[in-house]
Amino acid sequence: MEVFIVSLLNGLVYGMLLFMLASGLTLILSMMGVLNFAHASAYMLGAYFAYTISLYVGFWPALIIAPILCGFVGAAIEMWGLRRVHRNGHIAELLFTFGLALIIEKGVQMGWGLLPVPYRVPALLDFPLFSIYGTNFPAYRAFMLLISGMMFGAIWLGLTRTRIGLVIQAALTHPEMVGALGHNVPRIFTLVFAAGTALAGLAGVIGGNYQVTEPAMAFTMGPIVFVVVVFGGLGSLTGCFIASILMGLIQTFAVVFDVSLADLLAKIGFIVTAKTPLAEVLTVTLPRIGALLPFLMMVLILVFRPRGLMGTRDT
Amino acid sequence: MLEVQDLHAYYGKSHILQGVDISIGAGEIVSLLGRNGVGRSTTCKAIMGLVAPVGKVSFKNSSIAGLRPDQIAHAGIGYVPEDRQVFPGLTVRQNLELGLKRAGVFGRWNFEDVYKLFPNLGERQDNPAGVLSGGEQQMLTMCRALMGDPDLVIIDEPTEGLAPKLVEQVGTLLDEIASRGVSILLVEQKLTIALKISKRLYVMGHGRIVFEGSPGGLMANDAIRKEWLEV
Repeated sequence: MEVFIVSLLNGLVYGMLLFMLASGLTLILSMMGVLNFAHASAYMLGAYFAYTISLYVGFWPALIIAPILCGFVGAAIEMWGLRRVHRNGHIAELLFTFGLALIIEKGVQMGWGLLPVPYRVPALLDFPLFSIYGTNFPAYRAFMLLISGMMFGAIWLGLTRTRIGLVIQAALTHPEMVGALGHNVPRIFTLVFAAGTALAGLAGVIGGNYQVTEPAMAFTMGPIVFVVVVFGGLGSLTGCFIASILMGLIQTFAVVFDVSLADLLAKIGFIVTAKTPLAEVLTVTLPRIGALLPFLMMVLILVFRPRGLMGTRDT
Repeated sequence: MLEVQDLHAYYGKSHILQGVDISIGAGEIVSLLGRNGVGRSTTCKAIMGLVAPVGKVSFKNSSIAGLRPDQIAHAGIGYVPEDRQVFPGLTVRQNLELGLKRAGVFGRWNFEDVYKLFPNLGERQDNPAGVLSGGEQQMLTMCRALMGDPDLVIIDEPTEGLAPKLVEQVGTLLDEIASRGVSILLVEQKLTIALKISKRLYVMGHGRIVFEGSPGGLMANDAIRKEWLEV
């Protein structure tokens, strides 16, 4: 039971972190059709910016400044890069963002080095908040839940209660029509791209010290974020939210339940030995394939339900 | 008010519009007729900036060719596309709100006008637009364009797929639009409404205008009707 509750909390924290990354990518992909490979790079930049800023002025100002810097980087990429490349079609865009992700990774390696940087949890939050069955739950994880929950609320309010939010929702499905009604679609694209990048940056600020801030962190996080977006469905933030939490829980639970198919078969009286056919497959434990599960789910959903959980159109 | 001269447009290498000339005066109702695939919708999109226009397009004596769709909308042209394009996840009222160019700034039309003309839209103002019937969606799209207070509204095939009673309602709305001094460019395949409300008609064939004249002139011209309009 204690394993279940602690894993549930950890899964929620990881899921909300995924949502911070995936929500921006969902909006960008749904509205602009841009499969932005550099999205997770903004997550990495957020962590590195926050690390450097926190060396001078501490963590709390970095929590505000780093995402804003990431937002400016996003706006610059959209206005001076993507908008030009967009005229040459989606393949060009895809290659552009892929190249950008590599450039940012190399840039980070040149600027901060190949090894992880000592980006630490702020001292103010570095204590166990409570203890369940003898396992401590760090206060910082609760803080991550709080920040990501507040962000979720802010996005929801922004999209449903403001005029610009309505314009963004409309542009998710009919960007041309939104333009023909007099709304400046290129400016909305820039705004959404910058906001999405800033959110990814914010995820980096609070996730960089929860995980490890290193040059490979973007390429570790990138694929799983794509899985969330495809699984949740294009054009649906609710789908994205559900998919994020689901992936967070799956990945967390897969690590802690050390069981294999052979263990399950043993419970119904069938003992797997070295001579049993497919014994190698049957004895593989869940933690060993845990990292594969989300990708397996993505492949299955693309085959059987291409529009994802709650998507408004096919991926 | 709108002057289109020698307008060309392309989809990839296909030369769709091959020199279209159209003019519309202030408060005038003009119809653009023709069979499917002759370039009527492309003409609308090229005027609206949704397809890159090559040629002269001017509105209220300023060139609008090459401007973005939102700039053309702000110049005073409203657009009702053939495939309606309501925003399905937003409510009826939110769809109408997005027709306004600035929040809370109304021109010739406001919510009450729309709900009075189409009580159904009023009753369902809090429902998502995606669940409306085809006819209701058509009315919503037209009213959404009107909320932006255009001086000219381009309406592409408003009666397509509608029952006769709803076609009548479209006719009533067109009369109402005209009575408020708004010019209309009505794109139609069927002659019924076009002959009734337009003072002037154009017939399109293969990417260019093949007839310009009055409804009476068109009815007297069997050759044009048979070659370009009748199935």
